[in-house]
Amino acid sequence: MTEHHLTTPLSRDEILELKAGDIVYLSGTIFTARDEAHLRILELTEKGQSLPFDLDGAVIYHCGPLMQKAEGGWEAVAAGPTTSARMTEMTPALLDNYNVKAIIGKGGMKDIAPVLEGRCVYLAYTGGCAALAVDMIKEVKDVHWLELGMPEAVWVLEVESFGPLIVGVDAEGIDLFGEIMERAGETFDKTFN
Amino acid sequence: MSDLNSQAVSAAIENIIKRSETELPDDVIAALKNAMTSEDNTTAKAQLAAILENIKIADSRTIPMCQDTGILVFFVEIGRQVCIDFDLDAAINQGVRQATLSVPLRPNAVDPLTRKNSGDNTGDGLPDINYSFVDGDALTITVAPKGAGSENMSALRMLNPTRIDMIKQFVVETVLNAGGMPCPPIVVGVGIGGSFDKSARLAKSALLRDLDHMDEYELEILDAINSLGIGPMGLGGRITALAVHVEKAHCHTASLPVAVNIQCWANRHASVILRAEDD
Repeated sequence: MTEHHLTTPLSRDEILELKAGDIVYLSGTIFTARDEAHLRILELTEKGQSLPFDLDGAVIYHCGPLMQKAEGGWEAVAAGPTTSARMTEMTPALLDNYNVKAIIGKGGMKDIAPVLEGRCVYLAYTGGCAALAVDMIKEVKDVHWLELGMPEAVWVLEVESFGPLIVGVDAEGIDLFGEIMERAGETFDKTFN
Repeated sequence: MSDLNSQAVSAAIENIIKRSETELPDDVIAALKNAMTSEDNTTAKAQLAAILENIKIADSRTIPMCQDTGILVFFVEIGRQVCIDFDLDAAINQGVRQATLSVPLRPNAVDPLTRKNSGDNTGDGLPDINYSFVDGDALTITVAPKGAGSENMSALRMLNPTRIDMIKQFVVETVLNAGGMPCPPIVVGVGIGGSFDKSARLAKSALLRDLDHMDEYELEILDAINSLGIGPMGLGGRITALAVHVEKAHCHTASLPVAVNIQCWANRHASVILRAEDD
């Protein structure tokens, strides 16, 4: 497996280099978005309205951080990934409308490989490692839609060497999670049927 | 000698919430270290290394180990000689509000339909407080913050009572369906018997037990789970679960309720023992 160090915004060429199982460290700007933020992005898109942030070449982080007010803004207290599966159904529309190049999350998304193919990668960050993540967040640059609640708002984070992230699903349609679950299903069937 | 009072309880609640969110019990850390030794693939090892490093940072800086600081579940054991002449629920709720600001905790409590966040981790029916009576003169309070990632993967089924053999299959199937979503390596709490709701409560209380003690039946289910190969974070490996704990209760002759409560690797809980003299 190869180790990659990338800076946002990401290009299509850069993500096509990433193979399932590779390790990635990301620097630059990432946007947190989970359930409610996805809903609102898609609502605004449907109404033909623009977003208050730019998702061109962007990295979306499935994360509902724990933030604390600090002098002149906010600081991250704990910011690990949330379960990506809840965003599975909203991801195709997100990618059809915005040039999102990478999604960071945990647990993978069922049957997502064809949706990502040729345009986006899924990067797995170790679930629950929220204290570790904070060390790699250099600045909370902005927050949008705070009225959705702290976990559901879109937080704009400046990160440095954020990782290690494992390429869980690459842009060529290889899904590590899918492969592991397929084998687990076969073992289950053999044991109980 | 002063009596127990609501301020002392609130302060103790704030304190055990902070402890539970920032330090894991020794048996959980030992189980995670054992998992690290058992794994030989580099991806699985990398996940466990990150988890162990994260635990160390959270403990040394007294910050929450996970941004999902959970909903707060309390188990309160009231000694039969203890006199409580104040509103114990209110004192616990106050401790939760204090901890939300001081730890701090992520405000997680929302109305189930409007999804409006209460902002302080309290609301109708939250925190979840369970009372029981025990012998003695102490008030023992345990807090178990429960994150949604693992809670969402839990399941309950009313099995056919002639099919005891289906219990193991149902537990393993629940873990299979959960895959990498509940942040494995997980702890699996199983409640067998009681009633529809009681089985779920048994499953949750099973998560509080020390991880290093399992009987033959629990080990048998654990082996079946770990043979699935889901591994740390669903990226493959030998250790999908650290432990399986089963709690039982008598049930109706025509029923076999089985509840499976899934707990992520952050098996957080902390307790305090309060006595009137301790004020």
